[in-house]
Amino acid sequence: MIRLMARAATTTDAFNAVAEPRRRDILDALADGERGVNELVALLGLAQPQVSKHLRVLREVGAVEVRDAGRQRLYRLNGDALKPIHDWISNYESLWSDRFEQLDLVLEELKLKGAGDGSDE
Amino acid sequence: MAVTSSNRARLSFPTDEQILIEREFAAPRHLVFQAFTTPELVKRWWHANRGEVTLVEIDLRVGGRYRYAMIACGGPEVAFHGEYREIVPDERIVTTEFYEGAPDGWSEDDATTLNTTTFGETAAGTMLAILIEANSKMARDAIIASGMEDGLQDALDLLEQLAASLR
Repeated sequence: MIRLMARAATTTDAFNAVAEPRRRDILDALADGERGVNELVALLGLAQPQVSKHLRVLREVGAVEVRDAGRQRLYRLNGDALKPIHDWISNYESLWSDRFEQLDLVLEELKLKGAGDGSDE
Repeated sequence: MAVTSSNRARLSFPTDEQILIEREFAAPRHLVFQAFTTPELVKRWWHANRGEVTLVEIDLRVGGRYRYAMIACGGPEVAFHGEYREIVPDERIVTTEFYEGAPDGWSEDDATTLNTTTFGETAAGTMLAILIEANSKMARDAIIASGMEDGLQDALDLLEQLAASLR
């Protein structure tokens, strides 16, 4: 069933699945290995129903797979399908993150200058 | 509540043609606005640690033009230019942005986006939002993928340096 759904998913579906920032956080969290829902809830600081909803979308496009391990269900990355899309979005995100880190430095300096011109101490 | 450790840019895609970039800054918005509209300041952050900003020209008035150019580690110069469509000091800037390195076969419209930058006041400082609107999903996706090429190029360059140092 999952395989069929994965095959039916178009690139647009996959893109949209990965386009949601929280779902990218989940993919990043799964990059290190399998995790249960509770672990993801703790890691991401989201409510459990939200995490489950995101996991369902990711499963529908084949981005994650699930297996039963005793009483737990463990989720893992199925990298092949979505990794290229995830990677290029992450890269663009890094470009802006790096840009904004430099901007932080510039702003710190502007704040100091403003303080130096000194209205209040 | 768990907070993401680093203050990374938040990307989302409101429609198939759009990219929304959001990030909060611990500085009042007039300073963020200043850092976005003063050439000497833009030069210091726009490079994203990927090279050197070689030119920043800003004519900050409606109908005025700007041009940014940068050389990313050893690569060719890439440049963007556009026109200011709307300016609300400390609050909002709307510009067109034309990418001068667009592939052959791209029309001017394909290579042009409408960028709306808003500076919102928050308790911590400023919430910056940049909404980039392309004329098609293809153009939008190409913009996102351009970050990938840069990243790959960076990786290849580093690898080359490393290989050279091992000789």
